[in-house]
Amino acid sequence: MHLGVSESMRECEYSQISTRSSTPMETPYKKRTPKKRKWEAFPGRNKFYCDGRIMMAKQTGVFYLTLVLILVTCGLFFTFDCPYLAQQLTPIIPVIGGVLFLFVLGTLLRTSFSDPGVLPRATSDEAADLERQIDVANGSTGYRPPPRTKEVVINGQTVKLKYCFTCKIFRPPRASHCSLCDNCVERFDHHCPWVGNCVGRRNYRFFYMFILSLSFLTIFIFAFVITHIILSSHRNGFLKALKDSPVVVCFFSVWSIVGLSGFHTYLISSNQTTNEDIKGSWSSKRGKDNYNPYSHGNIFTNCCAALCGPLPPSLIDRRGFVQSDTPQLASPTNGITMYGATQSQQSHMCDQDQCIQSTKFVLQAAATPLLQQQSSEPVILTASPENGVSLPGRTSLALGGPCTSLPLGQPTPPTSTPSLSCHEATDIHPLQEPVAHHHFLTPEEVPSPPGMLHCGSPLGHSHTVQAGFYNPASQDSLHEDSVRGLVKLSSV
Amino acid sequence: MAETHSLQDLQQPAVSSKVFVQRDYSSGTICRFQTKFPSELESRLDKQQFEETIQALNNLYAEAEKLGGKSYLEGCLACLTAYTIFLCMETHYEKVLKKIARYIKDQNEKIYAPRGLLLTDPIERGLRVVEVTIFEDRSIGSGR
Repeated sequence: MHLGVSESMRECEYSQISTRSSTPMETPYKKRTPKKRKWEAFPGRNKFYCDGRIMMAKQTGVFYLTLVLILVTCGLFFTFDCPYLAQQLTPIIPVIGGVLFLFVLGTLLRTSFSDPGVLPRATSDEAADLERQIDVANGSTGYRPPPRTKEVVINGQTVKLKYCFTCKIFRPPRASHCSLCDNCVERFDHHCPWVGNCVGRRNYRFFYMFILSLSFLTIFIFAFVITHIILSSHRNGFLKALKDSPVVVCFFSVWSIVGLSGFHTYLISSNQTTNEDIKGSWSSKRGKDNYNPYSHGNIFTNCCAALCGPLPPSLIDRRGFVQSDTPQLASPTNGITMYGATQSQQSHMCDQDQCIQSTKFVLQAAATPLLQQQSSEPVILTASPENGVSLPGRTSLALGGPCTSLPLGQPTPPTSTPSLSCHEATDIHPLQEPVAHHHFLTPEEVPSPPGMLHCGSPLGHSHTVQAGFYNPASQDSLHEDSVRGLVKLSSV
Repeated sequence: MAETHSLQDLQQPAVSSKVFVQRDYSSGTICRFQTKFPSELESRLDKQQFEETIQALNNLYAEAEKLGGKSYLEGCLACLTAYTIFLCMETHYEKVLKKIARYIKDQNEKIYAPRGLLLTDPIERGLRVVEVTIFEDRSIGSGR
């Protein structure tokens, strides 16, 4: 009977994999796990409202200011100027004003509330795989590896892809890590405090529509307020006219908004981001052969592509449910390691997880005597992977010891001073106002701490997933690798 | 007579390893995956089969991101309706993503599952990688 079963199994060669769900352990356990939405476990520094439908940056104070300024100015215009103008000139004026106002508000809210194109962080398996590839490429050296970059040739131009230590991915071209929101954003333009969100691939067109319509609105209001004053002053005298019309739009603010729209029109027509323009990435000053590889060639196509092209969907599934067997990386707070975070998230451990935990304990127990004997024991530095599954040298960092105090993926501290604030954007305001600066933060990665500090609690976890299925014969290779990892640690 | 054993009949197969097919950025920021055949799959799958799958995926993504009359029309219409039209209808991209999900499911059922492999839809990984999960070979006694 037993033999018969194995023979029939051999006949069908491989066991049929259920394609219903992406992970085999999902279905039986879904009922037991508490239903938590993915936005609740989102690792970035974003705020979510309406059960994950609305996504904004952490600091939203300036956004509310923007809203108030627009509402107050338009409110004053409609209350004080429109009745006079509708009477004296034509009632179409308030109608057009109303339409513009609604469009401005709509695009502002759309820009502020939508996902700018955040790239989800790598899963632990992906991160481990990348680490392994990088280790293989670097060789097993004891010192800190150089900053990780990959070069890619795009339409004849060499572009460097940087590795993001927080998100554990190689950033796609044109993506950048926003230090305020702690996310990698696709086609990152800039972080705009006025809209309270990053401006990236998915909301750039809304942002552009917002500033364009706002320019039209400010010019419209400014023009008709002046008209009102002039018309009034013909009858009543200039000073009385000014008194009757309390809305005096700041001349500079109009030109700031118009200037910003002009700048972004230029960016769109040349298919550049603010980031690239400020850095001069595709400027001809850098070299004769330097050109923008992303440009479609002509202004019309560039504009159409940016404004009317297909709208990519959000890559972070905000309203989906967290899968209990694929633990999400929780946001690092107070140095809680992946291990701790996982434990707090999953109240029900399935068999696989228990196997993982027990394997971890085994590794910890095994490595502790190695730690003590470190100096005396000859170190076997073997780089060759065992059993077709390779372990990067950081396996040992699943240990409790050196790693628990280290934060998980150190979030890059927000750059307090904007590296370049060349564009001033103020909104319409009845009174004279100090011109505020548009924060064009060019987010740069914080210089990475010694590579070993990015240890490997996620790596440790992924290794134990793999380790759980090793046969005891490969435990020795595990020990060798963990010793190798320990040596690396000690050499920091 | 070969029997097909469904997952529920047998013990859950163990995950042996995962292979990640990375993005190919040589054509810019459009979504393309590398067609290079990973060495870990050599024993399980035909090179050509794999390349066909990836190429089909690339074509589908290209279709989603294509700039043409239809996408421009959709964009303009959306702009004119202040983007409220997307409350009622799906974007072209979303429609193609559903097509891709169906294609991957189909490929898994026909080609990959019988070989102990599983393709994960790239959208679940933020369009960064195509994750191929390799399950343990259970017909042979010891693991790999």
